[in-house]
Amino acid sequence: MTETLRLALELAAKDLRVELRSRTALVSAVVFAALVLVIFNFARDPASVSARTLAPSVLWVTFTFAAMLTFNRAFALEKENQAIDGLLLSPMPRGALFLGKYFANLGFVATVQAVTLPLFVLFFNVGLGRALPGILLVIVLATAGFVAVGTVFSAMAVRTRFADLMLPILLLPFLVPPIIGAVQVTTRLLAGRPLSEQISWLRFLGVYDIVFLTLCAMLFPAIFDE
Amino acid sequence: MIPTPEVAAGTIRRGLAITVVALLGVLAVYLLAQGYTPIEARQGLAQKIFYVHAPSAWACLLAFSLTGVTGGLYLWLRDPRLDLFGESSAEVGLIFGVIVLTTGPIWGKPIWGTWWTWDARLTLTLFLFFLFVGYMALRSAIADPSERARFSAVVGIMGMILVPFVHLSVYFFRTLHPQPVLLKPSAPSMDPQMLRTLLVSIGVFTVLYFGFVTTRYGIALLREARGSADGD
Repeated sequence: MTETLRLALELAAKDLRVELRSRTALVSAVVFAALVLVIFNFARDPASVSARTLAPSVLWVTFTFAAMLTFNRAFALEKENQAIDGLLLSPMPRGALFLGKYFANLGFVATVQAVTLPLFVLFFNVGLGRALPGILLVIVLATAGFVAVGTVFSAMAVRTRFADLMLPILLLPFLVPPIIGAVQVTTRLLAGRPLSEQISWLRFLGVYDIVFLTLCAMLFPAIFDE
Repeated sequence: MIPTPEVAAGTIRRGLAITVVALLGVLAVYLLAQGYTPIEARQGLAQKIFYVHAPSAWACLLAFSLTGVTGGLYLWLRDPRLDLFGESSAEVGLIFGVIVLTTGPIWGKPIWGTWWTWDARLTLTLFLFFLFVGYMALRSAIADPSERARFSAVVGIMGMILVPFVHLSVYFFRTLHPQPVLLKPSAPSMDPQMLRTLLVSIGVFTVLYFGFVTTRYGIALLREARGSADGD
């Protein structure tokens, strides 16, 4: 188990290192997130919908769409020069391959979120204040599950035609439960309600994470065995 | 493991025979709904669509569940016929999904006063529908049969697990759909004539599903048998 974890971290570190040298995907994803925030601000009638009312939905749509853009990168990277064959031939268990890619994707999404959140506060004039720890918790809980699903689906999508279109079509239905939960909790936290009122949603998000992380780890090897 | 074209043609014939029987059943349901069941006190004639709507929803759910189950079995047994059945079931499920998603709004407009509402069961059906449209899109984008089978099995299983999550999350969100009248802890709260007609209709639609899926599965077998004969 510790060996699997070590290999997974090694793989994730490799992915992040490759990315840090070029920074193309990361910078694009961050710019994309910023642009979505700006567009959302103008895609409303300021006289009837205040920025604050729309803020929680905007935050989560931006998070998930930006995340979706980064998922294909994980396996598109390996597809070039058939690097994936090397990974599959190496004595690394498939579980470690999944976890490694999962960690790398988490690192990516977390970076994009870390940049988007301050921009969101700035553009939408939202005071996080005491709500910040709760918001961070719900971001972690909502992100952990759908990144696992995204990792599995992107591994499949890059091996199809129309990879860029296939991933959102498959993934978006799976984003519905975490987005609904996350938006509900975020809205209430921003309205100054205590975190303790949101336990049932947080528990729901936690169950989603556990179920889909387990399921993805179990199904992932089936994508590569031939 | 793929049978000869003759066997596949036999499957198609069997499927068509079941479909004909089921279509006669649909005719019987129509007559029952028109002549046998009473007119609902508050909804009037609009309620009659229920004898098509609810059984189609059942057939749709059955179809998608069987796609998920055969996906799981495929990953275990690796029999290409399981994959072909999953594909057939998903396609037939989409047809029933279209029936549910069109009869629902037709009923909703006079009764709820709106074509569509974000109620738990409506949203769930819609997302199931999208999920299996995605399933079919994925299948059409992969050329290698073994890869196609494995990938669609993964999507089928994940989709099956997703259903309760979507249902719960939307249910927490808010709900408006009529509460279940058949599958609930207490006795069914329906007029006995309506109940009998509904049960007949559910039976008929189940047979119709099996008729469609057997025919479609036979076609898939035939296509596969001819394809491998050409290929070798």
